[in-house]
Amino acid sequence: MKRKFDILAIDDEEVILASIVKLCSAENLRVDSVLDAKEGLNKLDKNDYRLIICDIMMPEMDGFQFLEFLYKNRIETPVIITTGFSTVENAVKSLARGAIDFLPKPFTVDELLSVVFRGLKYQEIISSQEMIDVDAKKITPQQVAFVSCPANYLCLGYASWAVVEGAGSVKIGVTDLFLKTVATIKKIDFFNLDEEVVQGNTCAFARTEDQMTHQLLAPLTGRIIKKNDKLGRDINIIDKDPYFEGWLYTIIPSDLDYEIDRLTQGVVES
Amino acid sequence: MFKKIRIKLILAVGIATIIIITVFSYINIRSESEVLLSEVERHANQLSETVKRSTKYAMLLNRREDIHETVKTIGDQEFIQEIRIFDKEGVNIYSSHASSVGMMVDKKAEACYVCHSANEPLKHLDIADRTRIYRMNPGSPRLMGIINAVYNEKACWEAPCHAHDADKSVLGVLDITVSLEAIDKQISQAKFKRIIFALVTIIAISGILWFFVWHLVEKPVNELVNATKNVADGNLNYIITDLGNDELGMLARSFNNMTNKLSEARQQLFQSDKMASLGKLAAGVAHEINNPLTGILTYSSFLLKRTKDNPEVQEDLAVIVRETKRSREIVKGLLDFARQSIPKKNNVNINELIEKALKVVDNQLSIKQIQVVNNFDSDIPNVIVDANQLVQVFINLVVNAKDAIGDGGGKITISTALIRLNPFGMTQVKNALCPKGHTLMDTAVRVDGMPTIKVRTIIDRNEGYINVDPIYGRHRNNYGIKLEKKKEIEISCSKCGVSLLNKEKKCPDCGAPQYVLEMPGKGQLVGCCRKDCYWQYWEVIEKEGRKEFVQIKVGDTGCGIEKEKMNQIYDPFFTTKGQKGTGLGLAVIWGIINNHEGAISVDSEVGKGTTFTINLPSARSRESAA
Repeated sequence: MKRKFDILAIDDEEVILASIVKLCSAENLRVDSVLDAKEGLNKLDKNDYRLIICDIMMPEMDGFQFLEFLYKNRIETPVIITTGFSTVENAVKSLARGAIDFLPKPFTVDELLSVVFRGLKYQEIISSQEMIDVDAKKITPQQVAFVSCPANYLCLGYASWAVVEGAGSVKIGVTDLFLKTVATIKKIDFFNLDEEVVQGNTCAFARTEDQMTHQLLAPLTGRIIKKNDKLGRDINIIDKDPYFEGWLYTIIPSDLDYEIDRLTQGVVES
Repeated sequence: MFKKIRIKLILAVGIATIIIITVFSYINIRSESEVLLSEVERHANQLSETVKRSTKYAMLLNRREDIHETVKTIGDQEFIQEIRIFDKEGVNIYSSHASSVGMMVDKKAEACYVCHSANEPLKHLDIADRTRIYRMNPGSPRLMGIINAVYNEKACWEAPCHAHDADKSVLGVLDITVSLEAIDKQISQAKFKRIIFALVTIIAISGILWFFVWHLVEKPVNELVNATKNVADGNLNYIITDLGNDELGMLARSFNNMTNKLSEARQQLFQSDKMASLGKLAAGVAHEINNPLTGILTYSSFLLKRTKDNPEVQEDLAVIVRETKRSREIVKGLLDFARQSIPKKNNVNINELIEKALKVVDNQLSIKQIQVVNNFDSDIPNVIVDANQLVQVFINLVVNAKDAIGDGGGKITISTALIRLNPFGMTQVKNALCPKGHTLMDTAVRVDGMPTIKVRTIIDRNEGYINVDPIYGRHRNNYGIKLEKKKEIEISCSKCGVSLLNKEKKCPDCGAPQYVLEMPGKGQLVGCCRKDCYWQYWEVIEKEGRKEFVQIKVGDTGCGIEKEKMNQIYDPFFTTKGQKGTGLGLAVIWGIINNHEGAISVDSEVGKGTTFTINLPSARSRESAA
C-alpha cells in the first residue's frame, strides 16, 4: 500500500530537512524527507508524492542528475530546486532542466510556503490537465508545462513570460498558469525604473489575498524602462488579461541573444 | 682590476697615445737632427775652404811655419776637433795637433776610402760623400769629419819650390773634424722633452678619461647593475633616479619602464591566483554557511509568524530575521564574486555599454554636481563581452568615482581608444594538432578556464602527460609527471604517440631541440623542449604584429587612493566606504575583466584623482585568434 505524502524533501543537511518538515507540517502538509537523492528515488517508487523539494549539491547524485533521472523515467512529480549555491546560473539551469521553481537558501518561512503552495497548486492543475488530454504528455525538460500563451511569447519555467517588441525592448509578465497557482493578487510591489532585473531572480513581489507574498522571477535580464502603472490602479487587469494589458515591465534586455535560448516557447492557444 | 672599463679604456687610449707620440717624435727628431747636421756640415765645409784658401799663399811660398801656425790657430777653436792636411802619399804634413804630424794614414781608412776604393782614385766628390760621422771610442762624443781635396793649379807647379808636377791633379787633402757634442746634446734634450711631453699627455688624457668614464659610464652602469640586482632579489619597486639624457639615461628609463610593467604583470598574476583561490574559498564558505543560515532563518521567521500576540518577542525575532537576511545578502555577494560563470558574450560596441551604464547612474551624478566628460573614439572596434557584466563594471567604476569625488562636485572623464599590444603572452591557442592531424586540445584540464594542449612525455620509461598553457608565450603549464630541471624532454602526441620534436632545429636560447605544434590555418607554433627554457615562437601570430585592444579609461577628480591601499583595492571586502560598501565592487570588476581576457590597472594620486584603465581584446583580434 503506497503511502500518500504532499512533499518529499531531499537534502544532505539535516537542519534543512527538519525545518522544511516543521514549517510544512505546521500548514498541515504531510512531509517526508530523505538525506540523499538515490534514496529519494526509492521513496518515489514506494510512495506517492505531490511535490519534491530537492537540493543541488549532494554527494553521489546531485539535483541536476535527479532531474534528468525523473525526465528519463517519465516521472512527472513537480520539483522545486533549492541550493546554497544560489547563483543566477543555477537558478536558470534548474528551470531549464525541468524544475518548476527555484528556492535559494537561506529562505524564510514565507518564501518556502510561497513556492510550496504554488507547487502543490501547479501539481493539481497539471494532473487535472493530464486527465483531460493524455496526448499532451510530450513534456520535454525545455517545456515543463502546458503554458498556454500567445505566439512568440517565451517563458521561463511556467511562471513568467517575455515578448520581444519591435524597438528592441521586451515586455515581461506572469503567465496564466502562475495566476492559477496563487490566490487572487491584491497588490504587486514593483522594482524602480532604471533598476536591473536579472534572469531567474526576483523582479517583483505579488501579495495575495491569503496573506502570502510570492516572488516573481524575471525571464530575462535587463533594465526597467517602464512599469505597468495600470496594475497599481486596477490589479484585476492582471487576472483578466495577463498576456496583454496585464504586463509588468518593459525592459531593455542586456543579453537577449544568449538568454533567449533558456526560454521555452509556450503552447499556443488554439 | 683590469676588468674595469675605465682601466681598459685608459690602457687603450694610453697605448694609442704612446704610439702616436713615438712615431711623431721619431720623425720630428730625425728631421731636426738632419737639419742640424747638414748645417754643421755646411759650416765645416766652409771652414775647410777657409783654411784651404788662407794657407794657399803660404803653401805657394812653401812657408811651412806659417801654415802650421794658421792650422793650429784655427784648429784651437773649441768645437774643432782637429784640422789635418795630408799629402798625396797620406802623410799628415800639417795638423792642429802637433803630435800627429808626420803620421801616415792608411788609404783604406774611413776618410780615404771613398776616393781610394777603386784602383784609380776619384778626383771629385759631393759634399755628402766627403763627410763622415764617427766616434773615437764607443763612449766619446760623435765627430764629423769632412775632407777637402787640394787640387793642383798652375800657381802650384810654377811655384819656386817646384814641389809639385803639373801632371798631378790632386796634391793633398785637408781634413777637418768637428765635434758634434753640442748638437747631440741638443738632440738628446729634444728627445727628453718629447718623452716628458708624452708622459704628461698620457697622464692628462688618462686623468680626463678617468673622470669622464667614471662620471658618464661607470657611475650609471653601477647604478644599473645595482638596480638589476635589486630587481633580481624581487624588489620590483626599485626605480633608477635620473641618469641624464644619453643612451644610458634612456636605458635607465627603459629599465624603469620594464620593472614597472613587470611589477604590474606580477601584481596581475598574483591577483589572479589570489582571486582564484579566494573565489573557491568564498564559494565553499557561502555554500556551507547558507545551510546553517537556512536553519536560523526558517525557524526564526516561523517563530515570528507564530508569536504575533507577543510584541516583545516579535521585536527581538524581527532583529534575528533582519540580520539573517542581511547575512544572506552578504553571502550572495560573495557568490556573485566567486561564481565561475561562463560569460554570456556578444559582439558589442563598448561606447554603447558605457552610455548604458551612465544612464543608470545619471541621476546620482547630477545630484552630486558631477560633470561627465566622454572622450569616445567613435570608430572603436567592437568587443566580444558579456554586456551585462561590463555594464556592471562601468556602473561600479562610475559609482566609485562619484563616491571618491564626494559632495564638492567634480568631473569624471571616460575615454575609449584603440591600442595595440604585443601578441606574446596574450594570444590563446584554440586548436593544436600533431603532424598526423590529431587534436591535442584537452578540455578536462584547463588553465584560467581555457582548454590546454595535452602532450605525452616519456622519462626513464615513465609515461606522463603535460598540459601546456594555451596562451602563447605564457608558461602556466600543468605537469602530470615529475620533470628534472633543465632536462630536455621527449614530447609526443597524446593520441598517436608521434614525436612532436624537430631535432634538426634548435632553440635559439639554449640549443635544445624544438617541438612543433601544428596550428590549423595558423602555421606552426614552435618552442623549446627544455622545462626551464621559455622560448616559444609562433610565426603567423608574430607576423600579424601587435594585437588590438580596446582601452577604456575612467578618471575622476576625487580624493585618490593612498599608495599603501593600492595593493588592497581588488581584495574582496576591502572598502573605504565604511558601512556603505561591501568591498566587493572592485573584486567583482577584476574578476569580470579577467574572465574577458582583459586587464585592469589603476593610477592614482591622493587629492588629485584616480584613473582606472581597462584593456579588452577587440572583436577583430579575437576573430583572428580563433
